[in-house]
Amino acid sequence: MARVVVDVMLKPEILDPQGQAVANALPRLGVRDVASVRIGRRVEIEFAGAADLDLARQIADKLLANPVIEDFTVRAEDAAWEPEAKGAGRP
Amino acid sequence: MGARGERGRAPVNARIGVVTFPGSLDDGDAARAVRLAGGEAVRLWHADAALRGVDAVVLPGGFSYGDYLRCGAIARFAPVMEKLADAARGGLPVLGICNGFQILCEAHLLPGALTRNQHLHFRNRDQWLRIESTGTAWTNSFTEGQEVLIPVKNGEGRYVAAAHTLDALEGEGRVVARYVRGNPNGSQRDIAAIANEAGNVVGIMPHPEHAVEMLTGPSLDGLAFFTAILKHLAGATG
Repeated sequence: MARVVVDVMLKPEILDPQGQAVANALPRLGVRDVASVRIGRRVEIEFAGAADLDLARQIADKLLANPVIEDFTVRAEDAAWEPEAKGAGRP
Repeated sequence: MGARGERGRAPVNARIGVVTFPGSLDDGDAARAVRLAGGEAVRLWHADAALRGVDAVVLPGGFSYGDYLRCGAIARFAPVMEKLADAARGGLPVLGICNGFQILCEAHLLPGALTRNQHLHFRNRDQWLRIESTGTAWTNSFTEGQEVLIPVKNGEGRYVAAAHTLDALEGEGRVVARYVRGNPNGSQRDIAAIANEAGNVVGIMPHPEHAVEMLTGPSLDGLAFFTAILKHLAGATG
């Protein structure tokens, strides 16, 4: 099993009212040093075999993101979620 | 009401398809509006790659596939949509209402996208629109500049597109309707409805099918969209 992570974000020029609402709530937490917040979507794709980044890119371009309003990045990630499993020692 | 007494206005048995996706809400109202206008409503199913010989298609409002991922994103890949996209590029008249508008944008049959309302609230109210283009298959029954009252109900109805796309839409007369007396969702340039280059594909955020009877709607203004397509088809078939 191999995991590919696709991050989808609204393009910088597209208004993100959700992010604005969160940013506007931060002062209620006592946080005042945040200039802006933008909200995106993280999609995890588990391949049965090896990670296929090209295929993941096609999936992202055709379905996961709308290129009119969104950008995306694609990267392979170790299937194990635990941070300590991410480092050295994995073949 | 309807074409039974006005046979000159529409071809006999003008067949208008209404697609039902899982999560469609307004397919019944759209089919009823077609019948009130004098057409024959033909119900189409999302999983059937068949248009059953219809003369035009309405993509109704609702929440196709639960609006998962993005509104209209998954409906775009429904078997019926693959057939419909080819037919629309070949000139078949298509009206996308609300979720149908979102689907048409996701399918790249119309430019731009519909995003979360600027104020984040779902907006449901009777809305004034100004008809800006009467050259489409769906708006030929209006006069240019006519103001009409039609319900709007959406959470993701804010029309956005690149500035050059907006300029092109305006320059080519493809802005079909704009919000007047208040913009309900923050749409750029108050855009409520647009058309493709050929004018056969129209997407509109408010709901003309909810303004076809005084018992349930604020006006009868919506009916003109459905009489327009019958008029268009009557002209097209001689």
